[in-house]
Amino acid sequence: MARRESPEINASSMADIAFLLLIFFLVTTTIDTDKGMLVKLPQWVEPDELPPPDEANKRNVLEILVNRYDQLLVDGELMTIENLKKTTKKFVANNGDGTCSYCQGSRDPNMSDNPQKAIVSLKNDRATSYDMYISVYNELQAAYNELRDESAMKEYGKPFDDLNDPAQTEETEKDKIRDKWPMRISEAEPEAYGEEN
Amino acid sequence: MSQEHAVAHKFQRSTGKETPKISTSSLPDIIFILLFFFMMVTVMRDSSLKVKNVLPAATEVQKMEKKSLVNFMYVGAPVEKYRAEVGTAPRLQLDDQFADPEDIGAWVQVLKSNTAEDLKSKLIYSLKADKEVTMGLISDIKQEMRKAEALKLLYSTQVRSEVY
Repeated sequence: MARRESPEINASSMADIAFLLLIFFLVTTTIDTDKGMLVKLPQWVEPDELPPPDEANKRNVLEILVNRYDQLLVDGELMTIENLKKTTKKFVANNGDGTCSYCQGSRDPNMSDNPQKAIVSLKNDRATSYDMYISVYNELQAAYNELRDESAMKEYGKPFDDLNDPAQTEETEKDKIRDKWPMRISEAEPEAYGEEN
Repeated sequence: MSQEHAVAHKFQRSTGKETPKISTSSLPDIIFILLFFFMMVTVMRDSSLKVKNVLPAATEVQKMEKKSLVNFMYVGAPVEKYRAEVGTAPRLQLDDQFADPEDIGAWVQVLKSNTAEDLKSKLIYSLKADKEVTMGLISDIKQEMRKAEALKLLYSTQVRSEVY
């Protein structure tokens, strides 16, 4: 063959280049997913249709007040936010009436009967900062998450988040743990003791 | 190579040295990869922020997976540009404009009417509130959401690793 045909450029490395680009973008881009704490608000009830206040035994209610200076009052005692999680855990897992086989509570007569009855009541001032509210809510969530994690570890040998939770089945492992530690947070309408802002 | 020569070239059998044709067969692949990548990654923010928005931080956060179901509400003090117009007190921003908590009902109705019937109860409302906002405004918003039966609320936060 006498003709000198110039050879075609080998394009097989194009794929590599494309992959390099892809990997580069994958590594450098931070995908902006929305993160936060998901809550389910209670149904709206007209004020005149409100059922009479449930006379929950006082020992079953952990009363948290946050004032306009972002100070914390828990069951009548001033508290710092660092201790809130510990207190909440102690309160929920107290096992006051001895019916909770998985609680390791101290059976304190001033704390909850069992986790199913325990209610955390959260009340703010209108001038409480959102930052503080989120911090308090975060600690409450953390307390329940730790209790659930401990239970999950003991029963299934893995943390709560790793339990299987297929959407179809009726009673999943997660549901079982959730039933053991139902998170009942009741939020009162904030009151204005002073001027907002 | 002169132009004349180049034109003539077309009708002749190629002889001698010639610039090789670059194979473009893989170009579509590259374009598609890039296209898919950007399609996956891009988050459409359909509204520009008119309020200060520094989110508080929390440790116990969840990720929102189904983006199409998440709708955003922004709360914060208006940025400097709008202060003359609306003042400095924290305001709610829905879509592209300032709103009052009372407007949430209508906003939710519009969102729900644009959503398939079986997904209506799965809509999530993400509250992106500035950390300096006070709870009065936040709870007004929450009350309005309850009235509008928009019950799945996400307190949008940053993630912090240190715990108390």
